[in-house]
Amino acid sequence: MPELQPILTFAKLTMWEASRRRLLIAVAVLTLVVVGATGWAFFQLRYASGPGGGPEIGEVALRVLAAQVLIVVAFLFSAVLALMSVLVAAPTISGDVESNLALGLLARPVRRSEYVLGRWLGLAALVVLYAAGSAVLELIVVDWATGYVPPHPIELIVYVAGVGLVLFTLALLLSTRLAGMAAGFIPLTCYFMAWVGGILGGAGEAIGNQELIATGVVSKLLLPTDGLWRAAVYAMEPASLVATYRAAGSGIAAFPFAATDGPPPAFLVWVAVWFAAMIGLTLWSFRRREI
Amino acid sequence: MVDLQERQAAAATAAASPAIHCVELSKHYGRTVALAGLTMTMPRGEVFGFLGPNGAGKTTAVKLLLGLVEPTGGEGWVLGKQVGDVPTRRLVGYLPELFRYQPWLSGEEVMRVHCELARLRRSSWSEEVGKALDLVGLTGRGRDKVRTYSKGMQQRLGIGVALLGSPELVFLDEPTSALDPVGRHDVRQIIHHLREGGTSVFLNSHLLTEVEMVCDRVAMIDHGRVIATGTLNELLSGNACRFKVSGLDPRQRSSLASFGNRDDDGEWIILRGLPPEHVPDVVDEIVRMGGRLYAVEPRHQTLEDRFLQLLGEDH
Repeated sequence: MPELQPILTFAKLTMWEASRRRLLIAVAVLTLVVVGATGWAFFQLRYASGPGGGPEIGEVALRVLAAQVLIVVAFLFSAVLALMSVLVAAPTISGDVESNLALGLLARPVRRSEYVLGRWLGLAALVVLYAAGSAVLELIVVDWATGYVPPHPIELIVYVAGVGLVLFTLALLLSTRLAGMAAGFIPLTCYFMAWVGGILGGAGEAIGNQELIATGVVSKLLLPTDGLWRAAVYAMEPASLVATYRAAGSGIAAFPFAATDGPPPAFLVWVAVWFAAMIGLTLWSFRRREI
Repeated sequence: MVDLQERQAAAATAAASPAIHCVELSKHYGRTVALAGLTMTMPRGEVFGFLGPNGAGKTTAVKLLLGLVEPTGGEGWVLGKQVGDVPTRRLVGYLPELFRYQPWLSGEEVMRVHCELARLRRSSWSEEVGKALDLVGLTGRGRDKVRTYSKGMQQRLGIGVALLGSPELVFLDEPTSALDPVGRHDVRQIIHHLREGGTSVFLNSHLLTEVEMVCDRVAMIDHGRVIATGTLNELLSGNACRFKVSGLDPRQRSSLASFGNRDDDGEWIILRGLPPEHVPDVVDEIVRMGGRLYAVEPRHQTLEDRFLQLLGEDH
C-alpha cells in the first residue's frame, strides 16, 4: 500500500520544480496582465457610449453583459489552464525516465505508486491554485468594475479547475509511455475534439438528431472537459440570462458559451469514476514500465 | 521473549549475509536476453568491480539488484533481503549511469530531496548535505543551480547524492565517465574512504585500470553470465614476459611454447605463465637457436589482459 509521506514529498518536488520553470512565471505574469486589461474592459461596460463619457446602462442589462463577457474571459483562463497543465504534466514522468532521474528517485525507499500519486497530487495542487487564484482575482475586478458577482463562484472555480485536472491526468497517463511531445499533443487534440463533440451534441438536441446527441454523450464520457466547461458556464449565468436561454428553446444547446442547466449528478459521478479509472491506469502502466 | 530472540537472530543473519547474493538472476525483454542468469556473491565491506563489454548486461544487473526492474527468473538478495524489498533501500545508495538532475534546482536542493526520500531525520539533513558536498569537492557550489554545473560537477553531485545517509551498500554505475584525471583520482579516494568505513561498494566500470586500483574482488560478465569471479590475486595469478626477437624461423619461434602460453605477433613473443626464474632459460634458448634478442620485458598480467583473454575464451 502506498504511504502518505513519500507521496507528499513527490508532490512538493513537483510544485517546487514547476515554480522554477519560466513557463509558470510567464503564465502568472500574463494572467495579471489579462486581469488588469479585462478590469478596464468591464469598467467600460457600465456606459452606453464613449470611454466613460455616456450615461450608465441599466442594472439588468449590465449584469447580462458582464456575465457574457465574464464567460468569454473564463474561457480564456480555462484554455490557458488546459494548455499549461498539459505542457507541465506531459514531460513529467517521461522526462524523468529519459534523463535517468527516475532511476535515482525510485532507488530510494519509495514505491512507484507513491511516485505517480505524488506527481499527480503536485500537479493537481498547481492547477487548483492557478484556477482559484486567477478566478478570485478576476471576480474581484469584475465586482469592482460592474458590481456583478456570478451566482455560483465556488462551483465556477471547481469546474474550471476540473478541466485542467482532466487534461493533465490524461497527459500524465500518456507520459508513462510516450515522450513529452506526444503526451502533450494528444490530450490537447482530444480537448478540442471534445469541444466540437459538445457542440455537435447540442446541435443534435436542437434538431432532435439521435446520432448527434449520442456523439455528444460519448465525447463527454470519454473526456469530460466540455461537460465541465458547460457546468462552469452555468455557474456564471445570472437567473435572468438562464431564463432567457430557456425561453429561446433547445437551439441554445449548440452554443458553447451558454447553458440552461447545471451538470446532472450522474455526470459528476462519472467524472469521479473517470478520474479513478485514469489514475488507476496510470499506476498500472508505470508499474509495468521498464525504466 | 521468543519474538525478541527471533528478531535478534534475524538481525544477526542479515548482518552475516553477503552484501549481494544472486542465483541465476535473469531478465528477458520478449526474445531479447538482457541478463541470461547471474550467479555471484559479493561479500560485505569490499569494493566489488563488475566488468563486462557493452551489452553484457551490467546495467540491467544493477537495476535488478536495486529492484528497479522485475527479474524474469532466478533470485537475488541484497543485504540479506530479497531484491525489491523497499525498506532495504534505506541502506543503499545509487549513482545511475548518464543521469541529469533538474537544472532549475540547486545542488543542495537536489540533495535535500534525496534526504527526504531516503527517510533521513530532518534535523540531520544540513549536516548530511554539508558532509556529502565536502566529500565530493563541491563545498561552496551547493547553492548554485545544477544548470551551471559542468559534467564533472554533476557527476560529483550524483556521487554525493548516492552517499547521503552513510549507506551500507553503494552502487556506482560508471562513476568516473565524465571526470577528468583529477576527478578520477578524487573518486578513487572516495572509494578508499568508503571501504575504510566498512561500506560495501559495487563498482560498475569500463575503466579496467581504475577497477584494478580500487577493487578487492571482481566479477566479469559476458552475454549475461559471470565468466570469472574472484579477488584480483586469484584472477591475475599468471606472470608474463615478452621478448623482441629476430632471426628465428617459425618452427623455432613455436618451440618457445614449451616455456609458457605463447603469443607471437612476428616481432614480440609473449610468454604467459612464465615464472620469473625461467626468464634466463628462455634467453639462453633463443641465443642457442641463433636468434637475435633486442629486448626482454617482464610484466605482470593486467586486468585488461585477463579480461580480454577471458572474453576471447568465451567467444
